[in-house]
Amino acid sequence: MARKYLFRIFRFDPKKDEKPYFQDFFYEEEKSKVILEALMDIRNEQDATLSFRYSCREGVCGSCGLVINGEFELACRTRLNSLGKEVIVIEPLPNLPVLKDLVVDMEPFFQALEAIKPYVMAEEEIEGQGFQELKEESLWLSSPGYRFEEKEMEAIEPLTNCILCGCCYSACPVVARDERYLGPIALAKLYRYIRDPRDRRRFKDWQYVGTSSGLWGCDTVFRCNEVCPRQVNPAHALLSLRRRYLIEKIKQIFRRKK
Amino acid sequence: MLSHDILIVGGGLAGLAAALQADPSLSIAIISKVHPLRSHSVAAQGGINAALGNHPEGRDDNWEKHTYDTIKGSDFLADQDAAELLCREAIPMIYELEKLGVPFSRFPGGVIAQRPFGGAGFPRTCYAADRTGLVIMHTLFEHVWRRRIKIYSEWLVVKLLVEHGVCQGVVVYDLTSGLIFPVRAKAVIFATGGYGRVYLKTTNAYINHGSGIGIAYKAGVPLKDMEFVQFHPTSLYSKNILITEGARGEGGYLINRHGRRFMADYAPQAMELAPRDIVARAIQTEIDRGNGFENEYVLLDLRHLGAEKIKKRLPSVRDICLRFAGLDPIEKPIPIQPAQHYSMGGIDVDIRGATCLPGFYAAGECACVSVHGANRLGGNSLLETIVFGKIAGREASRYVKNSHIREANPSFMEAEARKIDERVEAWMSRRDGEKVHRLLNRLKVIMTEKVGIFRNEKDLALALEEIRNIREDYEKRGYLAGHNRRYSQEMVNMLEFEYMLDLCEVITMGALARRETRGSHYRLDYPERNDKDWLKHTIVTWKEGRPILSYKPVVITKYSPVTRLY
Ligand SMILES: Cc1cc2nc3c(=O)[nH]c(=O)nc-3n(C[C@H](O)[C@H](O)[C@H](O)COP(=O)(O)OP(=O)(O)OC[C@H]3O[C@@H](n4cnc5c(N)ncnc54)[C@H](O)[C@@H]3O)c2cc1C
Ligand code: SF4
Ligand code: SF4
Ligand code: FES
Repeated sequence: MARKYLFRIFRFDPKKDEKPYFQDFFYEEEKSKVILEALMDIRNEQDATLSFRYSCREGVCGSCGLVINGEFELACRTRLNSLGKEVIVIEPLPNLPVLKDLVVDMEPFFQALEAIKPYVMAEEEIEGQGFQELKEESLWLSSPGYRFEEKEMEAIEPLTNCILCGCCYSACPVVARDERYLGPIALAKLYRYIRDPRDRRRFKDWQYVGTSSGLWGCDTVFRCNEVCPRQVNPAHALLSLRRRYLIEKIKQIFRRKK
Repeated sequence: MLSHDILIVGGGLAGLAAALQADPSLSIAIISKVHPLRSHSVAAQGGINAALGNHPEGRDDNWEKHTYDTIKGSDFLADQDAAELLCREAIPMIYELEKLGVPFSRFPGGVIAQRPFGGAGFPRTCYAADRTGLVIMHTLFEHVWRRRIKIYSEWLVVKLLVEHGVCQGVVVYDLTSGLIFPVRAKAVIFATGGYGRVYLKTTNAYINHGSGIGIAYKAGVPLKDMEFVQFHPTSLYSKNILITEGARGEGGYLINRHGRRFMADYAPQAMELAPRDIVARAIQTEIDRGNGFENEYVLLDLRHLGAEKIKKRLPSVRDICLRFAGLDPIEKPIPIQPAQHYSMGGIDVDIRGATCLPGFYAAGECACVSVHGANRLGGNSLLETIVFGKIAGREASRYVKNSHIREANPSFMEAEARKIDERVEAWMSRRDGEKVHRLLNRLKVIMTEKVGIFRNEKDLALALEEIRNIREDYEKRGYLAGHNRRYSQEMVNMLEFEYMLDLCEVITMGALARRETRGSHYRLDYPERNDKDWLKHTIVTWKEGRPILSYKPVVITKYSPVTRLY
């Protein structure tokens, strides 16, 4: 039997509308569907101008983070009947500029991430040679292959599960009030690279995050861990990074004394 | 007019690999219809092949054995020089990926771990738990950031511009502004991925419409071996989310309604780890014979692997089952059914990634080198995207630097963009007719019912007729209900649909003409492979307003075709 729902969807085209508004759509669900499928049906059958992002439909591409009845979720893996409500309110991710309807500008989130240099830094690059340019003739960087045990990767394993959906950034109360704050996953990714056995970056290469728009900005209420759809727990990594920072700081002081 | 030396269309693994290999002294840009990180490549779970010989049972492995497995798996339709190149380059490639930061799983002793995959003589699939595609994508993308390569996200390429027989650039629909305009490039590389969404049941992302293949075809570039469509044996029943081959690689069983491991009847040696085409047909046959459940699915049983192994080696599989089917594979077997998965065919390129159109290259799933022939082995596709993505990046750079390239003709390019704009206007001015999602659905039904796992002359001929009917409706009655051009998925779908029709027509034509069974192409009316007449590549070229069929020999270096037994 078909279930009936009322979808109350955030609409806004900054090029046309003075301000955002909510539009109501009635929706009948024939067989069990997820929010993303319902949005597509509504777009196909009722209003073709409704905009939202999607790609993989299996919770792995990070396109479809939304606020659904007040909760951060991926639209593609949230079943309508799991919400236990007939009225479903859908809003775009907060703290990011709305481009149209449910589509937000992810640039601030990506820029924060880019700032921490999210890649394995090898020795030669730190010495100022920059990125090793690939020679035209050879396709591959010469490399003998690394050897390290799986347990050396344990600390960073959960972090490699991140799909960069932006939910944590969007939900973070510090991001909301301080736009310079790097946000949870950028800092967690920094930790991911520092702990990577292949990475050679030194304390002085990342010391700059020890400010209120970096490490010390977080107020540790763990909204980010709560909303993450992939159990990445970025705040845990952030706290580990703080510990690491303090240890390095102390080492520095001792070194200076000597 | 916006202009670059090299434009890479597609931000999946093939596109990113091409961008990273392209000569950094040139001006390079990536165009993608979704942000690169949202590309379908992130969904690859199982892994990537290279004969590293790290597995205790794989000590005797080498790239030549990998080559032979690839060729045999392809049912001898792969070009053997291309397969050799692929498998040889695989080994340094894995080490480079490792160096760039890919967090591969490890074996005790610290080397990269490898698992067995279907159709392979040795365990040679390298992996990062079951999120291999995700971590490789993120690693390469982070390097694209670092190199400050320009990215145009949420731009859909709608046409390839060719004047005087040379590639001039592309026309794009920019979703963010709603505008349609030309972009000049001296060389263009397509890395636009597969076309799974022309089928009802597919493991592919929603965005995989395959338009890139159709765009190249309409620009006069031939397509190769398009009738070879891979169906994956194990997709989650109803949602068709992929359950990785890694699940069978780790030891999962396939069970029918009578509790029997039915693969014993189809591939007694390899059992569940026979190549995909064989396992997919076995499952479909079981279902068709009434040995399945609800005439729809069979079971994949992982329970005997134990909770720990499932959690450690197959966490995404478990997560998908919990989320999308509400069951835990530790406690219950998984209902699965075959679904479209991969396109072996594609834009006809040589082993340098070059097409017959000067300045135009292609790599990844949208291209056909061919290394997969009639059937791709699991783990060989990620490998192909990176090896041939890089090669295309290098070759396009050489072309730009070494050849004398004609100046662009802006008025021609502007005029081509305007034509598309006018089409959109016309669609918007119609008050009613057929919406694109309905047209698409009709196409999917035809492809699934008549050009699916099992094929025959009558159905294929009917399908061809029906595809032409749908095209007529699209031309005469297609319309856009929404009138806002910004972020219009309806417009994206409408613009891509033309090309989806093209590629379905080409798939069906090739399948109808090929009167034999080879790899994934199974003809009920010609159930045997026929090397005398059909050991050749199908080529379809768009000439003077219609598709022309021709054939091309397979490159054979040293492996002569034998019957494929597993
Ligand atoms: C669920 C699943 C699991 C898989 N697992 C494995 C595995 O374990 N091992 C393996 O080897 N292979 C696997 N494969 C196959 C492999 O993932 C794909 O073949 C491969 O990722 C394709 O990469 P690509 O770069 O060619 O294309 P994609 O990653 O699909 O990227 C295509 C890009 O092109 C862009 N694009 C497309 N059309 C246009 C256009 N008209 N204009 C602008 N941009 C456009 C898209 O935005 C996207 O960025 C799997 C496939 C599936 C479906
Ligand atoms: S940490 Fe979680 S919420 Fe944040 S971007 Fe990654 S997956 Fe999304
Ligand atoms: S724990 Fe820190 S990073 Fe996470 S949401 Fe709270 S303030 Fe933001
Ligand atoms: S569509 Fe990819 S995460 Fe939802």
